[in-house]
Amino acid sequence: MLKLFLTSARCVRITRFHGVCGLATSTPASSPKVCIVGGGPAGFYTAQHLVKTRTDVQVDIYERLPVPFGLVRFGVAPDHPEVKNVINTFTQTARHARCSFHGNVRVGKDVTVEELQEAYHAVVLSYGAEGNRTMGVPGEDLAGVYSAKDFVGWYNGLPRNRDLRPDLSCETAVILGQGNVALDVARMLLSPVDILKKTDITQHALDALAESSVRRVLIVGRRGPLQVACTIKELREMVNLPGTRPEMEVSEFEGIAETLKALARPRKRLTELLLKAAIETPGKEEFERWNRAERAWGFRFLRRPLEVLPSTDLIRAAGIRLAVNRLEGDGEGVWAVATGEVEDVECGLVISSIGYKSLPIDPAVPFDARKAIIPNTMGRVQQTAGLYCSGWVKRGPTGVIATTMNDSFDTARTLLQDIGKGTLDVSTVKPGSQAVSALLEKRGVKPVSFSDWEKIDSEETRRGETRGKPREKMLDVGEMLQVARA
Amino acid sequence: MVFTRGPLTTQFTIDTPQSNMARCLHLGSFLFTKMVNTPRISMGVKTCLIKTWTPHSQGKAISIHSAIHYNSENNSLSEEKVIIHFINQDGIKTTTAVTEGQTLLDVVVNKNLDIRGFGACEGTLACSTCHLIFDKTFYEKMEPIVDEEMDMLDLAYGLTKTSRLGCQVTVQKWMDGMTVQVPQEVRDAVGSKGSQ
Repeated sequence: MLKLFLTSARCVRITRFHGVCGLATSTPASSPKVCIVGGGPAGFYTAQHLVKTRTDVQVDIYERLPVPFGLVRFGVAPDHPEVKNVINTFTQTARHARCSFHGNVRVGKDVTVEELQEAYHAVVLSYGAEGNRTMGVPGEDLAGVYSAKDFVGWYNGLPRNRDLRPDLSCETAVILGQGNVALDVARMLLSPVDILKKTDITQHALDALAESSVRRVLIVGRRGPLQVACTIKELREMVNLPGTRPEMEVSEFEGIAETLKALARPRKRLTELLLKAAIETPGKEEFERWNRAERAWGFRFLRRPLEVLPSTDLIRAAGIRLAVNRLEGDGEGVWAVATGEVEDVECGLVISSIGYKSLPIDPAVPFDARKAIIPNTMGRVQQTAGLYCSGWVKRGPTGVIATTMNDSFDTARTLLQDIGKGTLDVSTVKPGSQAVSALLEKRGVKPVSFSDWEKIDSEETRRGETRGKPREKMLDVGEMLQVARA
Repeated sequence: MVFTRGPLTTQFTIDTPQSNMARCLHLGSFLFTKMVNTPRISMGVKTCLIKTWTPHSQGKAISIHSAIHYNSENNSLSEEKVIIHFINQDGIKTTTAVTEGQTLLDVVVNKNLDIRGFGACEGTLACSTCHLIFDKTFYEKMEPIVDEEMDMLDLAYGLTKTSRLGCQVTVQKWMDGMTVQVPQEVRDAVGSKGSQ
């Protein structure tokens, strides 16, 4: 009964005011214990909401890599450091007395979800999307063809993409997909090295880009200009990118200017900027800048990949065959239909940026293979008590960090409601991380704590300082573990 | 200390020297528990000490700890204060008295206001989570919005014709009595949140 009294909203504030706070060194054995699988934004925001709302809940975050923060570290572009400011709030959460981070633990391999469910009252799956949608066309396996996920992982230091060694010796690169990730890739391929060298881009990527021969990047989409998925900030960055000029087919913008009046403001401004870059006559200054530019980029619309064409030695990509589409339907619901026409584009680098994809983690967790998400209702995993999910694995791999933040708060709220209503039983005593640590030790797995990560963080920052970069990321899990244990 | 009673919870803000430590944008009220000494409380609208926190200009990643500084110029009982009312996502209203010159994001941070997930990018125009909705009369008097702000604002959930990003709006005397609100959360019959 005392617990019920203490957890009602008013009394929570009163107990806090009198100093019953997160400085306690251990939570009572009977406190609710929640385990979060995945140390990216979804995991941290879910944890944050839980520890902030209830003063008795203990949250443990398990992460496969020794380093936390997921796509904030490995996905956000190096030249977007302000987007990474969220790391500060995640750090606060990790340092909270009722929250702990356990890196270097592979859920599904080092410990099963079933074992986590035995140790915790609730398990929240927030492990994101480590796979990618494939184009499903012949030639996809040729050298020179990469998923954007892997290319981004390469320049952002994701250990598994360390040895990607993309071939940048060609003149033209074709990117399939027109979302913000596609624009990030285009920007990395065309940015002056002088700009990139001051960011946290990995050194090997910087060296490769300094030697790159890529001078032209085409960003190809199935549908038309009104359906581009990128947002205006990223488009503006391309338009203003030093040393580059836009090159697009005027014919692909026929009829677009007439639609502007009826568009909602966000889409209207985006389309106006696109038209300005694509078909309007530039002002004097811009004209001169474009004249001097040695690199070019452009969108191509109504094109879908049919095949990656091989070189004469059949080893690498030498071109891409595209089906030409036309649009049917109108308003929000237009769809692309093949016209039968086909177009070949010569290129040596093909990057497919058509979406990430979640993968199943453990047989104990239901998985919808068609949608590639965990089937759930408001974050409650279907047909399985005590299991929840948040982030991309819950609703699909789209949206910005703020979208995931709100989504994670929603899942945390669902979980807390379930505790409040009694549908999530927290009356039994659960061992929490103690039980999991014992299992891991038996299996020879040594978790990395948050303060261990801070040693890695310091070392990366130190290495970066000598090069004028915010950090020099470690690319090797072994090296990370060595520094963590020092 | 300003004390407001809402339908479900009681909301109050206290300024103390100790609560200046380890500020966090999102773990607002848990910071009360970090107070070591008894807080100095003065009844009424005026507060004794105002902490200001100035984020670096956009484009720089900053550490929230290094950016905190104590602005002694505001340490004066006779300083004129501007009253601003905040309505959060659950409809709960909090009234604060603040000095001119800080942004509305600064106010939310410094006053530990209970607004979920506010200011994720720490004022660098890289998100839209400090989105606030204003009354028309106040909105029309503000500094015009620039492209960079509008670019991010366009992505905000619940965008209105009188919306701005809190990190770009600076408190001025004529804003005395202004009410700002965070988009209310919409839940449909199934219980899922209105999408962005």
